[in-house]
Amino acid sequence: MSAKHAVTSLVLAGAVSTALATLAAAGPLTKAEGEAAIAAKKEKCFGVALKGQNDCAAGPGTTCQGTSTVDFQGNAWKFVQGGTCTSIELPGGKKGSLKPI
Amino acid sequence: MRPEAGLSFAASFAPALLDPARHTPEIVTGPNGKAANRRYDVYRNNVTVSLIEALAAVYPAVQRITGPEFFRAMARFHVRNHPPASPLLFEYGRDFPEFIEAYEHAQDMPWLADVARIERAWLDAYHARDAAPLAPTRLSAIAPERLADAVFIPHPAMRIVRSPFAAVTIFAANRGDAPAERIDASAPEDALITRPELDVAVRHLPAGGAVFASCLAAGRPLGEAAVSALDASPEFDIASNIAGLIAAGAFISLAAGDT
Amino acid sequence: MNTVISPTRPPAMPLRFPTPIGGVAGTSFKPQHLSDILEAGPRRGFFEVHAENYMGDGGPPHRALEAIRRDHPLSLHGVCMSIGGPRPLDKAHLARFRALVARYQPALVSEHLAWSTHETSFFNDLLPLPYTDATLACVCDHIDQVQEAIRRPLLLENPSTYVAFRESTMRETEFIRAIAERTGCGLLLDVNNVFVSATNQGTSALDYLANFPLAHVQEIHLAGHAEQADDEGDLLLIDSHDGPVADAVWKLYEIVIRRRGAVPTLIEWDSRIPDWPVLQAEAAAAQAILDRHQSSGVAGERHAA
Repeated sequence: MSAKHAVTSLVLAGAVSTALATLAAAGPLTKAEGEAAIAAKKEKCFGVALKGQNDCAAGPGTTCQGTSTVDFQGNAWKFVQGGTCTSIELPGGKKGSLKPI
Repeated sequence: MRPEAGLSFAASFAPALLDPARHTPEIVTGPNGKAANRRYDVYRNNVTVSLIEALAAVYPAVQRITGPEFFRAMARFHVRNHPPASPLLFEYGRDFPEFIEAYEHAQDMPWLADVARIERAWLDAYHARDAAPLAPTRLSAIAPERLADAVFIPHPAMRIVRSPFAAVTIFAANRGDAPAERIDASAPEDALITRPELDVAVRHLPAGGAVFASCLAAGRPLGEAAVSALDASPEFDIASNIAGLIAAGAFISLAAGDT
Repeated sequence: MNTVISPTRPPAMPLRFPTPIGGVAGTSFKPQHLSDILEAGPRRGFFEVHAENYMGDGGPPHRALEAIRRDHPLSLHGVCMSIGGPRPLDKAHLARFRALVARYQPALVSEHLAWSTHETSFFNDLLPLPYTDATLACVCDHIDQVQEAIRRPLLLENPSTYVAFRESTMRETEFIRAIAERTGCGLLLDVNNVFVSATNQGTSALDYLANFPLAHVQEIHLAGHAEQADDEGDLLLIDSHDGPVADAVWKLYEIVIRRRGAVPTLIEWDSRIPDWPVLQAEAAAAQAILDRHQSSGVAGERHAA
């Protein structure tokens, strides 16, 4: 399929100059928070905690996680409370849920 | 190649670590002939629990969404079938989003894999090579007639995740511990992940923005990228998208086509 | 094929023997303590990090480590070189380790007498090995490779163990002594590991220390452990690093320091990590013991005037 749209160099030059003006206006980031028209809406900055760290400590050896074979098999699984998934909805009122087989 | 004489211990010790159906290896024992089952289980637990926790650390929003019990059971499946290949734990779980997508018990959460993809991209951005973001003055130095040929060099931390669901909203609502509010998952959302300095930022891209940013990141010139974005979304706005990407620190450099 | 004439490559890095940091107590560096540490300013002691957590290309981990390294000696502690495994060392991992040593110029560099990778799987645990002539040769070969790569001696740490191997023909202390003599590596004596392993193996920690080649020890680790039970219901200790150092381990530590003299000592705390002042207080307790023995041990016996 060929392009339905053409972008002339005049259009592009105008867009770039608008973009530069936006950037020069200082704080396009904070502006972006409130204006949907700005390209990128900053959701959130997250902290600096390391994720996925190597260490040399032994884990909680009394748990049975290393030897458990009850992995969602058959009817062993029961509906689980505790997640936020039930607040996330899809059209038709269908909510995310965790169900037994 | 035959393992060298006297060095077969690892081949005997390793297989049962992630397979609870196997017995304690014959080669180990407790002191003075004591049994070694619970002793060997310490290693099994260390391996399994530490790898589940590595996944939980990489995917905290996924864990919050499913609750820890579901998450740990799902993660244990993954750990047993796909143990890490790299000794660097922050590299682990790259195939976890695909696993979630195919996981039968997560089928009622079709947006979950995309939330995981954003979390994986977050960690990649976190560890990416440091680079100073593109200064806007670089763009103003290009003659108007050559703008269409301008090629942007993406920042090493820049990632884009596209989703047919509201994955960015769901991600943002679950990375912290704010109370859960109702979310309509049906609106498609694309994420831009950047780290111009120390903080990783996840942004929700407007219509056409992901096509535009992906084209530019792939090295296609500005004019072509704008056309592709407009083809994908007629409401695509070139100026605000250029401003937004530069402000987000998505690029480090810029070349004005073939000089 | 045996080649008699092998081209001698000039070493890319000169041999480095870092300035000894003396009898000071340090702690694990955890990112959540960074602002507390920087706020308090330079302090006596050192910080130890797990090398693998700083093997990414960039980002906050390196900024944090640079900030720490600016004012303090650093100890680089590798946790997954798999030196004790039968497989050849991972060349890519060795290169990353070498690069990190070159970049941060740590005062201490250490790894474990253990393995963690087999075939293509990384198990993320310090797994045990039998002590035989065959494994000794293999471990020595691996340490030679590491030392050749980093151009300086490595410190090797004694493990916590939960099982024994039927095929072992040597005691752990004999095995470690032979490694130190053959490779010239130094030793990192983890006193908590000595206590944990002795309890788990039904042996005496004091005997272990009596047989341990203390002259090679250049760093000491102290950590907390957890209590469990084995198949027979007897006490099985777990090297959990999740709490304060046990009283029995402090006693063993003082015995070691009295005999060996003051050496850099690390408080390891890796899970259920406390606030910075708690960790600092634990290090201060080790420092007090070190300060009582700053001139003893290596300097020889001193008589009270």
